[in-house]
Amino acid sequence: MIDRIRTLLTGHPMIPVDFSALSDDANLYDAGLTSFASVQMMLALEEEFDIEFPEAMLTRRTFASLANIADAVSQITRKAA
Amino acid sequence: MDAKTFDSKSLLDSLFDNGILFETGVDGLYGRSGAFEEVIERFEKLVTRLGAPDKATRIHFPPGMSRATLEKSGYMKSFPQLAGCVHSFVGGEREHAQLLNMMATGEDWTELQKATDVTLTPAACYPLYPTVAARGPVPADGVLFELSSYCFRHEPSQDPARMQLFRMREFVRIGTAEQVRAFRESWLTRGKAMIEQLELPCEVDLANDPFFGRGGKMMANNQRDQGLKFELLIPVNSLEKPTACLSFNYHQDHFGQTWGLQFGDGELCHSACVGFGLERVALALFRHHGPDIEAWPKKVLAVLWGE
Repeated sequence: MIDRIRTLLTGHPMIPVDFSALSDDANLYDAGLTSFASVQMMLALEEEFDIEFPEAMLTRRTFASLANIADAVSQITRKAA
Repeated sequence: MDAKTFDSKSLLDSLFDNGILFETGVDGLYGRSGAFEEVIERFEKLVTRLGAPDKATRIHFPPGMSRATLEKSGYMKSFPQLAGCVHSFVGGEREHAQLLNMMATGEDWTELQKATDVTLTPAACYPLYPTVAARGPVPADGVLFELSSYCFRHEPSQDPARMQLFRMREFVRIGTAEQVRAFRESWLTRGKAMIEQLELPCEVDLANDPFFGRGGKMMANNQRDQGLKFELLIPVNSLEKPTACLSFNYHQDHFGQTWGLQFGDGELCHSACVGFGLERVALALFRHHGPDIEAWPKKVLAVLWGE
């Protein structure tokens, strides 16, 4: 899951962060993720996994690291199954 | 305007009935009485007096700004629903005849207009950043500006505190993170004391901007999590949902990055602003102290009319 997310986000034109150089737990905001880029990331994830993040999950914490993102995506896909 | 009614529509009607605002046929666009304008002028003088020790550079921009500047600022990413772009007719005589014909037959004639280089200014500080950037590196002490402008936001409403065209006065500080945060802190204190002097009930609360869409929810959450925006709220048309009359914003290095605002050593600048919604403050004064200025509390008059 994390690798799929990493591949998806690497090279996204609106997200200027080098995901390939980051560990799963590295803080993405520290790595230069802006508020606007985090929205682009959210939209890209929704499209890739065919999910919709509930409003309660649209927080800074949800998108703070690749591991957090993978957790959130798993939670949503589990609920949908 | 008795002190018990807190309702947008009846407040608007009472402002019309008392000749304080005048209808124009469009929600959110109103004429203002001489008394209303005088209150705004006096309040602006009060703001300038309070800020005078900081020696800000004053700039007054017009209500229209460069479209290219608005585009580069990122405004359309966050608030596309609020922006207004000026369009004008640029055709020849043939197109003019067509336009008149379309108007006469009730067709949509606006398609014969083209976007100009001008957009309406959404907040007094948007035209400032490229102006500062063009002057070269920011001095180590940072810079401070006092601005005012009519601003436009496309949000028609019968709430008189939500006008489409309104005035905003702002102080904008550009400098290090520490400098701009200290500036914001000082205005959180000064702003609250100022409104209390005017004998208006108020509270300061954490806030967020009305970012567009679901992504906007996330931007809003981020903004709140990081404590980037505070508002001073005064009940104007509702006790439950008081109106934001002043706002205190820390932009981090967002505008520094966007406009290349940096110090001589290449370090990016941070910025913060305090904004005064002039019509909103005037409405709050009329709402709480009544339609007749001469009957306002003597202390309030002394604060506004004193020098």
